[in-house]
Amino acid sequence: MAQFIDILSWMFLMAGGAFCVIGTVGLLRMPDMFTRLHGASVVDTLGMGFIILGLILQAGFTLVGVKLIIIAALVLLTTPVATHALAQAALHAGIRPKLDHDETGGHIAGEDASSNS
Amino acid sequence: MMFFAAMIAVLISVALGLVRALRGPTMFDRMLAGNTVGTLAVLALALIGFVTGRPDFLDLAILYTLLNLVGTIAVLRYFKLSESAAPVADKE
Repeated sequence: MAQFIDILSWMFLMAGGAFCVIGTVGLLRMPDMFTRLHGASVVDTLGMGFIILGLILQAGFTLVGVKLIIIAALVLLTTPVATHALAQAALHAGIRPKLDHDETGGHIAGEDASSNS
Repeated sequence: MMFFAAMIAVLISVALGLVRALRGPTMFDRMLAGNTVGTLAVLALALIGFVTGRPDFLDLAILYTLLNLVGTIAVLRYFKLSESAAPVADKE
């Protein structure tokens, strides 16, 4: 049984680390600021959630486990607030999302989807 | 051993986030990368607590979670009131 919990914990920790790397690669490669928010969200939800879950399985139902649950709840409560404030401040500062089409529906001249690198 | 593997993944993520924070064209990209690195620092602190067998580090992780939010909101307030928030933005 302890072996099973160890294997499960290992899988959760590996999944969390993989999602952290995936999220930051998205943060690095996405074309503009509003799409980079998606990459940051992957780190804040899936990466954090899987790593904390793996650590909770190692800790068991102790004070350490309760502290880990508190950390997970706080991260899940605070990062959407920070992300929302960030997106609203960026819009307020005049940054617009990078669109394939302009807002009237026509295609932007001289720019196609493959050039959004 | 498994904590070390997760730790290496988190440290690679921190490095990639720092690259975005250094390259980011606007100030908001840098702040987003800073926020992400803050979340990764919380995870790294929790993992350090398990690697060294000292769960006291979890209290520091809780503190970093709260400071991350307060820091982001405070810097956003500061730049919202200043003029040089976005050098590429068109004045309206």
